[in-house]
Amino acid sequence: MDSDNTLINLKGVSYRYPGGKTVLDQIDFKFTKGDRIGLVAPNGSGKTTLFHVIMGLLKPSSGTIEIFGKVRQKEKDFVPIRHRMGLLFQDADDQLFSPTVIEDVAFGPLNLGKSKQEALDISRKTLDYLGLNGFENRITFKLSGGEKRLVSLATILAMQPEVLLLDEPTNALDTSMKSRLINILQELELSYVLISHEFDVLSKTAHAFYSMEGGKIFRDDREHIHTHQHAHIIGRQPHKHV
Amino acid sequence: MIPEVFAGGNSVIHSIDPRIKVVSALVYSLVIALSNSFIILLSALAISVALVMAAQLDTREVLKRLTVLWGFILLIWMLVPLTYPGATLFRIGPLGFSSPGVFLAAQISLKSTAILLSLMALLATMSIAAMGHALGCLGIPDKLVHLLLITYRYVFVMEQEYQRLIRAMKIRGFKPGTNLHSYQSYAYLVGMLFVHASARADRVSKAMKCRGFTGRFHSLRQFEPDPRNRLFTVFMVFIIILLATVEVWIQTIHS
Repeated sequence: MDSDNTLINLKGVSYRYPGGKTVLDQIDFKFTKGDRIGLVAPNGSGKTTLFHVIMGLLKPSSGTIEIFGKVRQKEKDFVPIRHRMGLLFQDADDQLFSPTVIEDVAFGPLNLGKSKQEALDISRKTLDYLGLNGFENRITFKLSGGEKRLVSLATILAMQPEVLLLDEPTNALDTSMKSRLINILQELELSYVLISHEFDVLSKTAHAFYSMEGGKIFRDDREHIHTHQHAHIIGRQPHKHV
Repeated sequence: MIPEVFAGGNSVIHSIDPRIKVVSALVYSLVIALSNSFIILLSALAISVALVMAAQLDTREVLKRLTVLWGFILLIWMLVPLTYPGATLFRIGPLGFSSPGVFLAAQISLKSTAILLSLMALLATMSIAAMGHALGCLGIPDKLVHLLLITYRYVFVMEQEYQRLIRAMKIRGFKPGTNLHSYQSYAYLVGMLFVHASARADRVSKAMKCRGFTGRFHSLRQFEPDPRNRLFTVFMVFIIILLATVEVWIQTIHS
């Protein structure tokens, strides 16, 4: 692979919706092996678009995209690398389209040319790893929201990616499911970019923080002084916070 | 959501290869549909009942489905004997029931009940997923099979989206009526569903591309050899041939 461990390198990438506003404006973004980046930004600032551009699902209007050390422009440049980058979609229903869990998880490995037996083995191992034993023959649309999220993660991990692009993975999960997912992310030896609005998740899973505004992306690791207002009982009495 | 009530089960019929069940259900119903003699139709009904019993289906669920069918059949009994030309069999007041009409209605009732029962026993005892794969193995084009499977997968998601939109309308006091406002709101609702569906399709296709999809589906399913498959095939072939020959024989005698 490339010597300097750069996995993703965007140079001056812009994206504009057909006839609409510019979502990404001359973005430079470098992502190296081992990075665990948290991406925090307001809704509509282009985070999902950025992921889709990196995956080659949306074609940028200008700029170059370098992934795994090579410039990628056309669909056929992206096909061989998609399985090396796992994109977890915001809505798990978009990702799980097969009737049963095992078929969905095996879909990726089968597309990569694995035999049925290999695909089954990989899928079972992945499900086990995520603590989803016994889910094989469950019907995907009958799973709960949290289960759907974990199964979508399994469908991606089954392709043995090197990078994960996680689009609000903990969104709408309950506390126990959330901490389960955080544990999984901490244990995975993978580089990833994680979009989230939840600070408890970000602080446990990301090493560096980026934000987006006005079509730009920038590193935002500074500590900001801020004030909180909060209410609690007998708060009127003089007291200390530790 | 379509609960696949009959799909889970441990009967002999459940364990038969879905391909065999699909083909035999098709041929068997075709033979029943083309038969006219009562002896054949009655035997077919008996065989279908036997198949349902062999599949150990829940009687109440079976009856629930039959009542829907019998609703239509009732309609036929009310219309066909009164309107079909022919000798009058009996009269109630001014209404004359023609005997060919009564025969026809009886045939339709027997045929449809027998076919529906056999479909419950043979087709409903597999999941839609298994049916899709069976159809694929039987040479139905991939595109149609995946249209079936993906429709089945997303029809519920669409229904949820529909329910969400309806709820959003209701909480803002929407009451359907015969006025332009109602029609317009419904048109918006349907339009919105189309927009959501196409946006969803776009996202699903992107998600599939991300996982290396290039237009070809690979199937995991393998049909395991089981001696009961052969036994069942022989049984169904025997029944179908028996019914068909007797029917043809009766028809040649009559003509």
